[in-house]
Amino acid sequence: MIEVLDVYYTYPNGFTALKDVNLTIDRGECVAIMGENGAGKTTLIKHFNGLLKPTKGTVIVDGNNTKDLSVAQLSRKVGLVFQNPDHQFFSETVEEEVAFALKNFGFQEDEIKRRVDQALERMGLTQYRQNSPFNLSGGEKKRLAIASVVVFNPDYLILDEPTIGQDYLQKLEIIDIIRSFLKEGKTVVIVTHDLEFVVDLRPRTILMSQGRIILDDTADKALSNLKLLDEASLLPPQITELAYRLFNSPSLEGILDEKDLMEIVKPLIIRRMKQ
Amino acid sequence: MPKAIEVKELRYRYEGMDRDVLLDVNLEVEKGEFVLLTGASGCGKTTLCRCFNGLIPHFYGGDLRGEIYVAGFDVRETPIHRMALKVGFIFQNPDSQLFSLTVERDVAFGLENLGMDREEIKRRVDWALEVVGMKEYRYSAPYELSGGQKQRIAIASVLAMNPELIVLDEPTAYLDPKTALRIFQLLDELNRKLGLTVVLVEHRLDLASRYASRLIVMNQGRIVLDGDPATLFHHRLEEYGVSTPRLIRFFRQLEGEGYSFERLPLTTEDASAVLRRIIS
Repeated sequence: MIEVLDVYYTYPNGFTALKDVNLTIDRGECVAIMGENGAGKTTLIKHFNGLLKPTKGTVIVDGNNTKDLSVAQLSRKVGLVFQNPDHQFFSETVEEEVAFALKNFGFQEDEIKRRVDQALERMGLTQYRQNSPFNLSGGEKKRLAIASVVVFNPDYLILDEPTIGQDYLQKLEIIDIIRSFLKEGKTVVIVTHDLEFVVDLRPRTILMSQGRIILDDTADKALSNLKLLDEASLLPPQITELAYRLFNSPSLEGILDEKDLMEIVKPLIIRRMKQ
Repeated sequence: MPKAIEVKELRYRYEGMDRDVLLDVNLEVEKGEFVLLTGASGCGKTTLCRCFNGLIPHFYGGDLRGEIYVAGFDVRETPIHRMALKVGFIFQNPDSQLFSLTVERDVAFGLENLGMDREEIKRRVDWALEVVGMKEYRYSAPYELSGGQKQRIAIASVLAMNPELIVLDEPTAYLDPKTALRIFQLLDELNRKLGLTVVLVEHRLDLASRYASRLIVMNQGRIVLDGDPATLFHHRLEEYGVSTPRLIRFFRQLEGEGYSFERLPLTTEDASAVLRRIIS
């Protein structure tokens, strides 16, 4: 469990990126954190693996205050995949990149090999194992960044904007990867702007704006809240917007995709056809 | 009048690679068009854009075959610095494009390099910042700006050169949805008011396709679909690894119920008008 209690964070330049943030994430949950550029989303998740320690307040991971643990200890448990994978790579080959953390954690050679093989396979990168990470395409880099974290099997997987630069099929793959983690009982936290991705996944959804959490609810409710979406510089899903235009009702909820809307529209069509 | 872009039987292979990434691409774009270019990762769309401003072949080298004329220039014979006068290029990440200490300096940079006189530079910088709505930021440092503001400055610095064509390679990837929509609205304005030809590479078809006069889908180095977005969406873009906007998916389901639509709606306004006629 990750507990964020009354957390404020101020950067050395004086900018306060988190203001009075309270949040509990249970084991096995899938949580999306959404909000405008600069809302504090990335600052918040950097507190989960101890990269940042709160200026005020407390962050507790599985009962331990992050102030009492090193990043090395925490990152074994909490795997963070950064938004821009280039910032994360430094090895000569894809294979070494994926093995890096395992070597640091002191795994045995044959165990390292087994796990690296498995992670590369899972992310569809086996054919590139001898390539330089910097020669991969944007989508492959992203999958490599995920591979080098899932390889040490963390309990919490934190993904910062996993769908940037990914096409339709790669997004479906990322959804599959997330679902398989959840099935293993792991916790997945995703920072994202990608509304349609959230519509597919329907996780618990947290909206942030200007350093504060402004909503923490189901995806159905969060993505139907036009006022707070606007505050967080988000747009409603297309289908939700259409439903609002069509039915002119302020209390619509959970009409996020084409199937949701069809359930409502179909009886109306049938009624019309009978007339 | 020369076309904005004329490409015949274009093939390209990067240096050291063992396969072509562009395969017999044929394309004509008239001046004033707004072209939305999409396709799965690795389909060749970025490579094609690099041909439009001469980065291919002059910077990347490799093996380029076929013909390519942009704004009347033969790209293969024209050095990059001359192409840059005609073709503005905007990248995914504005940080790779901005480097000066003030917004003004960044926008003026290309003009100074041309040896333009100070008055003309000032006039063009004023105009470009006005057009992108960033006039009050002229003395700000680019690194103090938000992602959307930076992208506007990158666009201003390209506009200042008075190009005929602007090519944008996923300019909104790092931006939140509202900010992305504002960038598309800005491009729409530039296209309609200035007659600027726009080539926009995007995955966000739900937000961008309403502004495009033409949607082009690439797959494995070839152009596989090319037409008016409102009719082109009758094709199953998923087969080419392209996401179909949910409005379109919904209307396809309606077609499954026996309705047919010559033009598919690209905005919720249009969609709601069509649906009202069906259900009320």
